[in-house]
Amino acid sequence: MAPYELTVLLGQFAASFIYLMIGFAFGFILESAGFGDSRRLAAQFYWRDITVMKVMFTAILVAMVLVFWSAALGWLNFDDVWVNPTYLWPGIVGGLIMGVGFIFGGFCPGTSLVGAATLKLDAIWFVAGSAVGIFGFGETVSLFNDFWHSSHFGRLTLHEWLDLPAGSVILGLVGIGILVLWLGDMLRRRIYGDSHDA
Amino acid sequence: MLRKRKPERYWDPYVAGVLLGLLLFLTFFLTGHGLGSSGGVNRIVVALEDLVVPRHVDTTPYLASMAGGERNPLDHWIVWQVAGILAGGFVSGWLRGRVKVETRHGPQITPRTRWAMAFVGGILMGYGARLARGCTSGQALSGGAVLSAGSWAFMLAVFAGGYLLAWFVRRLWQPGGDR
Repeated sequence: MAPYELTVLLGQFAASFIYLMIGFAFGFILESAGFGDSRRLAAQFYWRDITVMKVMFTAILVAMVLVFWSAALGWLNFDDVWVNPTYLWPGIVGGLIMGVGFIFGGFCPGTSLVGAATLKLDAIWFVAGSAVGIFGFGETVSLFNDFWHSSHFGRLTLHEWLDLPAGSVILGLVGIGILVLWLGDMLRRRIYGDSHDA
Repeated sequence: MLRKRKPERYWDPYVAGVLLGLLLFLTFFLTGHGLGSSGGVNRIVVALEDLVVPRHVDTTPYLASMAGGERNPLDHWIVWQVAGILAGGFVSGWLRGRVKVETRHGPQITPRTRWAMAFVGGILMGYGARLARGCTSGQALSGGAVLSAGSWAFMLAVFAGGYLLAWFVRRLWQPGGDR
């Protein structure tokens, strides 16, 4: 049953090739959605163009429904699926710093790679900056190791936290997602008119 | 081929979103984990450090966990995936006439200002992504899809950080005038 241990099943070479192809599709989709353009990404924060929210929420909802559906049908063992462990406060503080970095830099790490691949100079500067930031973290994390490992809740899902069936949480998130995107589009038209195409 | 082509339009956001969702699901189904990118850049940075100062890497626990002793930090799926992102982004842009040396910036600032801001933003983004144990891809997208509580808190924090500051730096991105 899925998921698979690719390196065991196929060997190192074939597994690496599959990861390369997954990355290829990821980069191709990001570029096709216009995520190599920092202006389009930053426009999300002025509500001038909400493509970022549309692509991200749609992708999360589609993947979520399929993951839990296939788990319910017994095709996928959810216990073997990696669920990012919750370190609540380091995640929130890191997220806030990233939000600030996003509005200054106009990219996130993944989209900056796509921008750099299409030779956008601002993206190349951003990638250089993120390498410096990553280097800085590696060199300073020992100063606040306790904080970095604090508020650890392990593998905690939203439905466990809310003590609800996974299905209800997914249904709720799909509903909220559709509502946010619908209201978001209305708000965008109200502020900027119909001139913009997303 | 020499003919100047007009760059093609981008995909509809919902088409891109559904395709990205299918890819994300397929990745979970086949491999048991989601997508990522900052983790790959992290391993490349650590590999460079290991070339220059291997002793320092061996004695710093965080770095040693990736590159200590005989460990090769590049021997990890996420490095392949990052190489794929670069290739996929390039091919997509190339097919659509969007591979071009240029700087995308708001109309009120110069390319030079944009580079400086991109560099500073990148530093913050890189630092924050490691602190949060993942970026928009590895935490928000992947963790969000498998309902990780921490990933959803993280996602809200990223948007909150961006929206809180957006008004103050609007000159970087907004069209002229005082919108």
